[in-house]
Amino acid sequence: MALQDKDSILVKRFQERFAPSILETTVFRGEVTHLIKKESLLDICSFLRSEKDLKMDYLSDVMGVDYHPRAPRFEVLYQIYSTTNKLRLRLKIRLEDGETVPSVTGHWKSANFSEREVYDMFGIVFEGHPDLKRIYMPHDWEGFPLRKDYPLKGYKDRYNPYGEEKE
Amino acid sequence: MSDKIEKKGREEIISTRGITLNMGPQHPSCHGVLHLILDLQGERVMKVEPDIGYLHRGTEKIAENLFYPQFVPYTDRLDYLSGMSNNLAYVQAVEKLLAIEIPERAKYIRVIAAELSRLSGHLLGVGAWSADVGAMTVLLYAFREREMILDLFEMLCGARMTYSYLRVGGVRYDATEEFKERCREFCRVFPGRVDEYERLLTGNRIWLKRNRGIGIISADDAINLGLGGPNLRGSGVRYDIRKDEPYLVYDRLDFEVPLGTVGDCFDRYVVRLGEMRQSVRIIEQCLRDMPEGPFVVDMPEIVPPPKQTIYNNMEALIHHFKYVSDSFKVPEGEVYSAIESPKGELGVYIVSDGTEKPYRLKIRVPTFMNLQSIDHMSRGGYFADVVAVVSSLDPVMGECDK
Repeated sequence: MALQDKDSILVKRFQERFAPSILETTVFRGEVTHLIKKESLLDICSFLRSEKDLKMDYLSDVMGVDYHPRAPRFEVLYQIYSTTNKLRLRLKIRLEDGETVPSVTGHWKSANFSEREVYDMFGIVFEGHPDLKRIYMPHDWEGFPLRKDYPLKGYKDRYNPYGEEKE
Repeated sequence: MSDKIEKKGREEIISTRGITLNMGPQHPSCHGVLHLILDLQGERVMKVEPDIGYLHRGTEKIAENLFYPQFVPYTDRLDYLSGMSNNLAYVQAVEKLLAIEIPERAKYIRVIAAELSRLSGHLLGVGAWSADVGAMTVLLYAFREREMILDLFEMLCGARMTYSYLRVGGVRYDATEEFKERCREFCRVFPGRVDEYERLLTGNRIWLKRNRGIGIISADDAINLGLGGPNLRGSGVRYDIRKDEPYLVYDRLDFEVPLGTVGDCFDRYVVRLGEMRQSVRIIEQCLRDMPEGPFVVDMPEIVPPPKQTIYNNMEALIHHFKYVSDSFKVPEGEVYSAIESPKGELGVYIVSDGTEKPYRLKIRVPTFMNLQSIDHMSRGGYFADVVAVVSSLDPVMGECDK
């Protein structure tokens, strides 16, 4: 694996350019993660795509994590890669339940399915997404399965007699 | 893209009413339970919308409630045609969190296992594809070779489909001399068999008509749409994690990355055949260079004792009981670790809170991302081409739906 350290271009470039928008930078096991402010997400994405020595043109995945009951509750992560410069970077934003995130489908079309998946599993709404709807679960499903307060066995109904009672 | 449709639409006047057609989930060329919603104008495809989730089992939710070693069998059931690759992606992510280095011998065994599973995945991929577009013979031939690979896996770990062979810290059983000998024999035979497929397909007029110039995607579009693996390389993008971020011993092995030029279905087929030949080269080198030594790390807390000792040694029994009931703790942190699976970038993202169970486990599955480009590839083409396009992406729904 191409391991990064504190002097990596992924760290330095960012701190030069976006110092006020970066809340925290971590380097763990050779992976760089920037915790950024939600408002600057799209600017940073444009910068990542256009900058010559970064050219992060490949969005591997958009992922969600639920840290219930901590506040802010959710994290949305963007796992980005550069096919020319072979760099890997993770962006992270934190948000409360009910907050929306700007969609990055304008920058990477591959975000389409991934953002739908995050919406399906966590109920996080992506603003500006072309077709935000459930992807894995049935369209009339209630609740968001990967939230920490969603029971492993699901809720009891006529198809699921072993589920938990809804209070 | 819309220009293309309009131009084609003017060439042959379409007088039919547009219809919406449901293809799948029960359809022989839908590779399991893929459901496509097609907007058609006569025979022309205006829009394709993949509707997935029929095989969703909530693997990620299950993972949050299991010990780290308990999750390995679930990974087998993702891409069930090449289970070893899934095992590898998962155990490698856990090892990255633990920051352990596995023994040399285990690395070589893992590469052999991963490449054999790449072969079994590609064989079924190309075989099913040719059956879908009307060349049934190749599927039967491919299964003949796949049988040999499954026999090899059976010698290695006793299972033919769901292996759970790799474990955190190494592999479950050693590769015996007999296995190595059979593996060498397979490597001698297999390139000739690939020639056979080529004789049946590469010059075949029907095969060429159905695949050449069909489902074209440019390099830029492919990257933007998150295409991966042989499909991305078919468009000429040199992105192979084995080369770019070498894991295990791939940096010591001599192999090439086959590339396509146009990015049509035929290129994706050529890349897959090329990869099969390269995999054989990799396996041969691994068999030659594999050192003697342990096949699992010497860390009692993460590796249980050998099964034979459990029956007549009290300490081993206690150790085994501790391992099964308590498992091991993994340091706090988050990692993303990706491998080059037969279908593309297979990544595992783990958030650990320092306990024995992952706080969150996310699997980045290549098929899921590959399916996004069906619409781009099929728009403006004929309905029958959708079948070729889907097959050329080699989707496995078990992996896509998680």
